[in-house]
Amino acid sequence: MKKIGLIIKREFSTRVRKKSFIILTILGPILMAAVMFLPAYLASLPTDDRVITVLDESLLLDFEKGKDEIRLRYLPPDKFDFASAQAFSEAQGDYAFMHIPLSEGGDPDFVARNVRLFRAGDISVSVESYLENTLEKYLQKEKLKATGVDPEIIARTKTKVNLRVINTDEGLETENATLIKMGIGYVAAFAIYIFIFLYGSQVMRGVIEEKTSRVIEIMVSSVRPFEMMSGKIIGIGLVAMLQFTVWIGLGSLFYVIAVSLFIDPQLAANNLPNAAANISLPDDGLLSIYSSLQSIDFFGIIASFIFYFIFGYLLYAALFAAVGSAVDKESDSQQFMLPISLPLILSLLVIIRALDNPDGDIAFWFSMIPLTSPLVMMARLPFGVAPWELILSMLILLISFVLLTWFASKIYRIGILMYGKKPTFTELLRWARYKN
Amino acid sequence: MIKAEGLHKSYGNHVALHHLDLEVKAGSIFGLLGPNGAGKTSFIRIINQITAPDSGQLFFNGEKLSASHIKKIGYLPEERGLYPKMKVGEQLLYLAQLKEVEKSQAKERILKWLKDFQLMDWKDKNVEELSKGMAQKVQFIATLLHQPELLILDEPFTGFDPRNTEIIKKEIQRLGEMGTTIIFSTHRMESVEEICDSIVLINKGKKVLEGSLRDIKQQFRSGNYDLILEESEISTWPAGIEILSQASLQGKLHLKLKLEPENKQSLLQFLSTKNLHLFQEEEAKLHDIFIQTTAEE
Repeated sequence: MKKIGLIIKREFSTRVRKKSFIILTILGPILMAAVMFLPAYLASLPTDDRVITVLDESLLLDFEKGKDEIRLRYLPPDKFDFASAQAFSEAQGDYAFMHIPLSEGGDPDFVARNVRLFRAGDISVSVESYLENTLEKYLQKEKLKATGVDPEIIARTKTKVNLRVINTDEGLETENATLIKMGIGYVAAFAIYIFIFLYGSQVMRGVIEEKTSRVIEIMVSSVRPFEMMSGKIIGIGLVAMLQFTVWIGLGSLFYVIAVSLFIDPQLAANNLPNAAANISLPDDGLLSIYSSLQSIDFFGIIASFIFYFIFGYLLYAALFAAVGSAVDKESDSQQFMLPISLPLILSLLVIIRALDNPDGDIAFWFSMIPLTSPLVMMARLPFGVAPWELILSMLILLISFVLLTWFASKIYRIGILMYGKKPTFTELLRWARYKN
Repeated sequence: MIKAEGLHKSYGNHVALHHLDLEVKAGSIFGLLGPNGAGKTSFIRIINQITAPDSGQLFFNGEKLSASHIKKIGYLPEERGLYPKMKVGEQLLYLAQLKEVEKSQAKERILKWLKDFQLMDWKDKNVEELSKGMAQKVQFIATLLHQPELLILDEPFTGFDPRNTEIIKKEIQRLGEMGTTIIFSTHRMESVEEICDSIVLINKGKKVLEGSLRDIKQQFRSGNYDLILEESEISTWPAGIEILSQASLQGKLHLKLKLEPENKQSLLQFLSTKNLHLFQEEEAKLHDIFIQTTAEE
């Protein structure tokens, strides 16, 4: 046992001291934060105003001002004709020029057919669709007026429905929070997926390195192959846990900083003038999210996450170690990687179904199969899973972990001393049957 | 020290060791010889408990070989290798601790060895920065840090220049004198003749020759003698002597004779009146014995 401790220590400390680890650990959350906040930040940046000169001879648009970055500049039809208006637009350097002709007898369809937009060059899609929508809106108003319907009445009869869904399963009649649960399930499953691939392949590479540097022969004369394999897997697993913890810690820190720097001032600025609205806002927005969060068993999810994270990693890492032992160089590992990566990728596909129907047959069975259960069960958990299902899934995973590790170590102990020809799958199975 | 009884090991259809019986006496420097694929590495791996035999038993100091003996064995594999990205000092400490040497004691011994081998300046360098010869020395040190009772050296001189070979050879001889049992596996027969007390020759998993170096050489005596005489002193030779070759060199006659042991005395008497410069029995070369025995099989 003391020897395993030494191996774990070496695997852990040599990796943690590497520059690449330190950089990735610190940079990871920054990159993630950048991916999350950059689009929002870019969208909040003021863009160049685009001014569109409008010669509205039908007075259709009612001097609509435009929106954020698209402004409409109206030229008085009594002072400008088409040619002079276009010349004026060009002289001003405006983005585009729109001409709404006068319709004989006020026929909206005539206007719709004859309105024109001019620009030297291509027109932006957003400008074009904005103008089309605006024209459609005002033309509809005109048509309603023509048939004697007051547009005000139409506006008043429009109703927005926000369906309040109650989950009766969760005792308290809390608000449904499907989207949040989907988010939690997906993020948890995806984190396990990433870490299994990232650190499982590190285990494999470590084994190949020991083989190619030929240090393995010296090692196995001091420690048993099983001790070497488990020491390496546990050591790298601890590196994964450290990195994950740092990422979560730094991520939350960045989140708090970002919120207080960018979002809080905006909220404060928006809310201060009307304190009354401030109180009513949480009622239908934040408060409902808050109350629905309460319906999720966070403790259970976190505990299960740690379990599936650890045993999912251990299960796959043993297989990665066996693959590493069977080959002499990384490029030979492809063939053996396929049966390992297949269940992982399959899990990701099943998750999409499981998030939509967490109690369905597909979701149930894949959360029992040990190679897919770590991901699929994590996707199901936020929606609530019967305790017996969870316990059964964990039990199956535990038993398979023991069996697969035993099997992998049988291949490993032969593979690490084999050089030369790349073995076939049948040969791997034969290795597993060798006595010692 | 090591006693093998009916050791048998096969991989699939390939028999690596065929019911091998073998004994390595304590304190001896024992040459484990054999052509490639003879089963030397399989035998060494069984002693190191890297693999287990299919049948047969191995005893270490009279006890059945067990995990507790690992720390008493030092092994220098033919395929050398260290962790390239680990510092020399750390690596040695790691390997020593895996052989259950106390940390403080290991550190002391590492310093002593690095000094002896003039590697002190490299202690905090990564192994990948060392020259091949230096890395080999570091590995040799790693094999000895836990002061093993049994030392297994598989082709220890490969990769060393003549100067370093001499250093390592002296070290091996010194360890032998201090009572360490050494199993020395090699193809280089001249180093075996210099170092080993006794040898075993195995071929295709079977033992073909065993004994002390002297006995084996005796066994393989050719009965050939080299003579140097003043030229044309002899016209007729006594009976029972066969002249294999003769040549004149700088006024002297160089002869190679074959004679039966019972005729030796009469020949010496015959030569006592002649102007004799050299009379020497041709020694059996291990190299020739090796080729002869492995070819017969």
